[in-house]
Amino acid sequence: MSRTIPARRGRPSAAPLPQRRISFSLRLKRISRAWQLYVLLAPALVYILVFKYWPMYGVQIAFKNYNPAEGFTDSPWVGLTHFIRFVNSYQFGQVLGNTLWIAVLGLLVAFPIPIILALLVNQLQSERFKKFTQTVLYSPAFISTVVVVGIMFVVLSPRSGLVNNAIQLAGGEPIFFMGSAEWFRPIYVISDVWQNAGFSMIVYLAALAAIDPALHDAAKVDGASKLQRIRHIDLPGIMPVVTILFILAIGNLLNVGFEKALLMQTPLNLSSSEIIQTYVYHAGLQQAQFSYSAAIGLFNSVLNLALLLFFNTVARRANQATLW
Amino acid sequence: MSLKTSPVNIDTPNRNVSPARPRPTLRDRYGDRAFNIAATAILLLSILAVVYPLYFIVIASVSDPNAIYEGKVWLFPSGVTLEGYQRIFADSRIWNGLGNTVIYTVLGTAISVTTILCGAYALSRKDMPGRKILMLLFVITMFFDGGLITKYLVVRDLGMLNTVWAVVLPGAVGVWNLIIARSFFEHTIPNELREAAQMDGATDFKFFFKMVLPLSKPLIMLMVMIHVVAQWNSFFDALIFLNDDSKYPLQLVLRNILIQSDVSSTGTTGGDIQSYAAAQRIAELTKYAMIVVSSLPLMIALPFMQKHFTKGAMIGAVK
Repeated sequence: MSRTIPARRGRPSAAPLPQRRISFSLRLKRISRAWQLYVLLAPALVYILVFKYWPMYGVQIAFKNYNPAEGFTDSPWVGLTHFIRFVNSYQFGQVLGNTLWIAVLGLLVAFPIPIILALLVNQLQSERFKKFTQTVLYSPAFISTVVVVGIMFVVLSPRSGLVNNAIQLAGGEPIFFMGSAEWFRPIYVISDVWQNAGFSMIVYLAALAAIDPALHDAAKVDGASKLQRIRHIDLPGIMPVVTILFILAIGNLLNVGFEKALLMQTPLNLSSSEIIQTYVYHAGLQQAQFSYSAAIGLFNSVLNLALLLFFNTVARRANQATLW
Repeated sequence: MSLKTSPVNIDTPNRNVSPARPRPTLRDRYGDRAFNIAATAILLLSILAVVYPLYFIVIASVSDPNAIYEGKVWLFPSGVTLEGYQRIFADSRIWNGLGNTVIYTVLGTAISVTTILCGAYALSRKDMPGRKILMLLFVITMFFDGGLITKYLVVRDLGMLNTVWAVVLPGAVGVWNLIIARSFFEHTIPNELREAAQMDGATDFKFFFKMVLPLSKPLIMLMVMIHVVAQWNSFFDALIFLNDDSKYPLQLVLRNILIQSDVSSTGTTGGDIQSYAAAQRIAELTKYAMIVVSSLPLMIALPFMQKHFTKGAMIGAVK
């Protein structure tokens, strides 16, 4: 005991002693000395309290019959009624299935492509071609979702669209892409890759740039080919970033792309384009079934959180980088 | 650094090299060359896949719609006309939407960037009591939120429906951006600097505004750009919170015209089939032109913004 204390005291500026040792008045003094920092933090804090925590508090309406006159707190409790109604509704299977389909397909296709692109771009010899490729590939990220969906509608139009003109030129029959349920998922995923792969690539390029060039030099001396170096140096080098981004992607699995799905919806493709969140939008804001749709939204959030926790645990078990 | 294969390898026939000892053999170098060719080909195809649709939209916007119907427009515009652009510039909805977007973008960016910079700086200060708990409050919101419906009800209870505030406030602070800003401050503002300033009697306010902000220009640029792009491109908050057409931002106007195919303002509705066909033709033409006009501002700014975004990816990666 007496051994350790002098050692600690001896360290310069070893002020942060365990909190409980600090007397109440000293703590008050510290807090009051930092008042200007709290003032700086205040707007952000007020923001999350009002726009994040108040809605979270309001989630209780999922278990109530929300009535605008009574507000979040005073509306009568109804337990799990809304959840049961959703699970038993005929849309449940379809909406959940559509959501998972898009999410999983998006993850399988759209997640690896930026990694592959980054590995390829990183191997380019010419700095100028590298820069050029990077700029071109990520430019679509600056186009709005509305415009991207607008482009889909004109380019895929059955009468005048570019794609159908090409199909007809090759002797095929024009396809009504935006009006068919089978085409919704492919178009959704391909356009996602088209718009976002280049931008996601940048993070991986940054991670690749941080790899020690000496590793590559040593491997070259040993006669490793480019492919071997990618496999044994580049990939392991960016693995922590890949894992973290994968977990984050899982965490957002059921949230992403809601706006695009909503924009891409037509009455004809609804059977594959209606996902949980568009359903919440239709039932909640267009039909004013607030409690019912809040319950569905909560179902979505909880499912999402469960997926995130699950994969974070898996990553930790596998000794990979984790979020916390 | 020159690790080119020594001449010995070229002189010695490859079959003499035992396969057990990998050395830079000719075959390997052919392998690398094949890899280079394949990589370049894949990237060129990707570039083409990104650029061609955009290029097509541009040439289609100045082409005769009939030529597009007939599939004559592939590489060059055909029957050049600027009618589409004339229509757009005569359409008051577009101008009005553009005006609204500019207002929302300026106001929204100012609010977001100020809030984020101030908040992130406070959170970057290790000597602020309660820092960990406060940070946790922010991080939690990344993983769980109340959902669309309750957000809508809160905005409604605040009396913000159909006002500017409903567009600029509900999404003002992204926690991810806050974390990027915080780690920027943690890594670029040395503690010694603050201690020296405090010694000279500078308050936290003074230090933040006079020292920290001038040292954080790359971060400020990044934050401004992230928010300008996001606000310029957003439509959803406007869709759910605004119900007055005259307040619609450009993206919402575009959505109504491009996607919902609302051609009402192109004039000749009703009437005979011929004028209907003409209206249809103009509507198609206008769509292409509209895509070009609405994306142009950000595309022009892109080369200028690129540097900052790449830096931003670095800041984010430092985390």
